Amino acid sequence: MTDRAARTIRVDTLARVEGEGSLYIKLVGERVADVKLKIYEPPRFFEAFLRGRHFSEAPDITSRICGICPIAYQMSALHAIERALGVRIDPAVRLLRRLFYCGEWIESHTLHVYLLHAPDFLGYQDVIAMAGDHRAVVERALRLKKIGNRIVQLLGGREIHPISAAVGGFYKTPTKQQLRSLVGDLEWALEASLETVRWTAGLQFPNFEQDYEFVALRHPDEYPFNDGRLVSNRGLDIDPAEYEDHFVELHVKHSNALHSVVRGRGSYLVGPLARFNLNFEKLPEVARKAAIDAGLRPPVKNIFRSIVVRAVELVFACAEALRAIEEYEPPSVPRAEAPNRIGVGQAITEAPRGILYHRYALDENGLIVTAKIVPPTSQNQKRIEDDLREYAAQLLAWPIEEATWKCEQAVRSYDPCISCATHFLKVVVEREHVED
Amino acid sequence: MLIIGCGNRERSDDGAGILVAEKLRKLGIAADTRTGEAADLIEAWQGADEVIVVDAVVTGAPVGTVQAWDGRQPLPSVRTTASTHGFGIAEAIELARVLNRLPRRLQVYGIVGRRFEPGAEISPEVQRAVEEVVRSIIEDVSAASR
Repeated sequence: MTDRAARTIRVDTLARVEGEGSLYIKLVGERVADVKLKIYEPPRFFEAFLRGRHFSEAPDITSRICGICPIAYQMSALHAIERALGVRIDPAVRLLRRLFYCGEWIESHTLHVYLLHAPDFLGYQDVIAMAGDHRAVVERALRLKKIGNRIVQLLGGREIHPISAAVGGFYKTPTKQQLRSLVGDLEWALEASLETVRWTAGLQFPNFEQDYEFVALRHPDEYPFNDGRLVSNRGLDIDPAEYEDHFVELHVKHSNALHSVVRGRGSYLVGPLARFNLNFEKLPEVARKAAIDAGLRPPVKNIFRSIVVRAVELVFACAEALRAIEEYEPPSVPRAEAPNRIGVGQAITEAPRGILYHRYALDENGLIVTAKIVPPTSQNQKRIEDDLREYAAQLLAWPIEEATWKCEQAVRSYDPCISCATHFLKVVVEREHVED
Repeated sequence: MLIIGCGNRERSDDGAGILVAEKLRKLGIAADTRTGEAADLIEAWQGADEVIVVDAVVTGAPVGTVQAWDGRQPLPSVRTTASTHGFGIAEAIELARVLNRLPRRLQVYGIVGRRFEPGAEISPEVQRAVEEVVRSIIEDVSAASR
């Protein structure tokens, strides 16, 4: 009788993820019968929206796909278009773009580590409840996030939906003095990030390791942002232009988002864990040491520990921002010329949540003929389902409320940005008993 | 007085708050625009004494309804506002309350939206609501300056 009991975990409004989606897990007896993460709206709409627009509009249009990672969208769009046009950027522009990305990583990782994910580990419903008991921690988070925001604001020209990044460079580049004004804050942020690593390392993590295919950019000299080859721990090593030869998107009935898989292999993981495991030796000494002191050594295979890895990446982003400011000399011209020409260009950059692929085909007037965008969350989506299939099986004996909470926590470990993959991600959790 | 319009102009009715800010600016009234993400909002109103925030919401009320709340009180629809940001105004207010970072006066205007998909088009009911909120804010501003 008991082994015929069917139970479902349904999270119709996933709280504390960016956007909305829903999660459905069906447990029958001792097995997990079904796992569906539903995402409702693919970036297809934006791809259609881009057709017929001039390439110079693409960075600004795509940056509005997501309020949390607009820089990532701008960066992938710019690099893809620059490849299509054969535009080479000034090394100073390249450095500024890294700094710009540091700002977004600081904002996004702080938001996720402290305000969205930490409450799971500490047993609070949300950060509002957590703030009552951990006020100083939440204040630290707000200050850290604000520093990321200052970088984005300075380079982006305004608070939201930055507008200064342009094909070939920037519409306007900052002076050395302007960048130096960030140094004091960033020195504080570096210390706060190291404290973040120590703090997250002390949390309790479920014992859950999986054999992931990690996929991330790799650059010969740097921890990756905008540049490098796409590699994995299973032998993938390609130029971003070859992405579509190796990855395919499958349409699945229960979700509008497409499931991305490695051709011939299946699901894969992008984001902090993948970057860390594939690029550990490229981290600056201060971040590497913080990781080791926190007990992290590659390969980290427990997705729940991604909160600590995000903290290590915060250390990296602060250290890298300070380096960029130190080395910065303004370029002779803010942006290289980018004349219209027929071409196709692809680019991959490392959004906070993982690789973001863009491809554009341009006509002789610089108008976009086709656009393709593959956001990190849709790349992780199949992997999230695969994880939940394994993880839910470990939770069969747990009361449904706790099992549901645990599953939500697992999903949040990916920091799914559902507003990138879709607009609303509703997460609703519910469980029912069927006995006969 | 600090006026903040929240949302995303490329997400249909989610642009309502931004549209209110843009219209106010055309009338010579300073207004800020934000995504509506909670931590960002708390920073935005840091140090301000009187604040008005406008955003698109989903509360179950008919599309185009304007709902006004006193942010010093708990929002009645704190869990039901389906702002597009997941971690939005309601969370900003409650978090700021715990951290003692609420402005002395906080007026929230929620405009009930219908569509939040990519696109710049705003529902006609929401357009009308935007005008209504602009008029209300003009009254708020002139009352405050008296």
